[in-house]
Amino acid sequence: MRRRTFFARIAALAAAASSAVRAQGRFQPPQDIAPLVNEITHGAVPEKKDVEVELPLLVENGNTVPLRVRVASPMTEADHVKAIHVFAERNPRPRVASFHLGPACGRAEVSARIRLAGSQQVTVLAELSGGRFRIGPRDVLVTSGACLDDASL
Amino acid sequence: MILGKVQVPASVKAGEPFEVRVLIQHPMETGFRRDLEGRAIPVHIVDKVWCTLAGKEVFRAEFGTGMSANPYVAFFATASEGGELVVQWSDDRGDEGRASALVDVSPA
Repeated sequence: MRRRTFFARIAALAAAASSAVRAQGRFQPPQDIAPLVNEITHGAVPEKKDVEVELPLLVENGNTVPLRVRVASPMTEADHVKAIHVFAERNPRPRVASFHLGPACGRAEVSARIRLAGSQQVTVLAELSGGRFRIGPRDVLVTSGACLDDASL
Repeated sequence: MILGKVQVPASVKAGEPFEVRVLIQHPMETGFRRDLEGRAIPVHIVDKVWCTLAGKEVFRAEFGTGMSANPYVAFFATASEGGELVVQWSDDRGDEGRASALVDVSPA
């Protein structure tokens, strides 16, 4: 009897441990990126316009996702985009990249290939000259995520 | 030395934006992967890229682990006269690399 309870306990423990590990690996919950955005805007509220985010609607492999960001701006000395920041709320490290531009760029457009750990909302924050901000959220479906070995959805 | 290359159009018009494309050879390890013995593979990423045209900074970027392996980045630049476009990058272990291209400006 004692032997049986011992085995039962061991089995229960193993099951609990493995399910916990699986839950951790499989599911990366979306994080609140508002504090990260606030770190850059210092309290200014970004306007939801002028930022065009080009991402595939459905991504098969989260390891290389083509991203193109276009911000409507004349790119003159007086009015230009200073920086473009990319955030992915379900990546283990949500700050994907920051691009710093200037009037010498001529066009506020950047493309890159990024990693996405799952279906999520990708947020692009554009920092304009004169302390103005624009934000562009974009939802994307990822069938096989990156970053984590056995991440699914 | 981290290898990479930069591509610009064969000739550009003065003052008109042209696309600069940069491709860097790097594993961009996230630090979340494990090797066959189960040991964590440490983070190893290119975290800084900067570009100058005729000595003046045009573009600068900071990468996180969310950039794909062999990072690709493209941006725009304008030139009023010809010059050398230099792109440099460095990783979190202090390794560096650079690539350059000649920008040939044709009169508009």
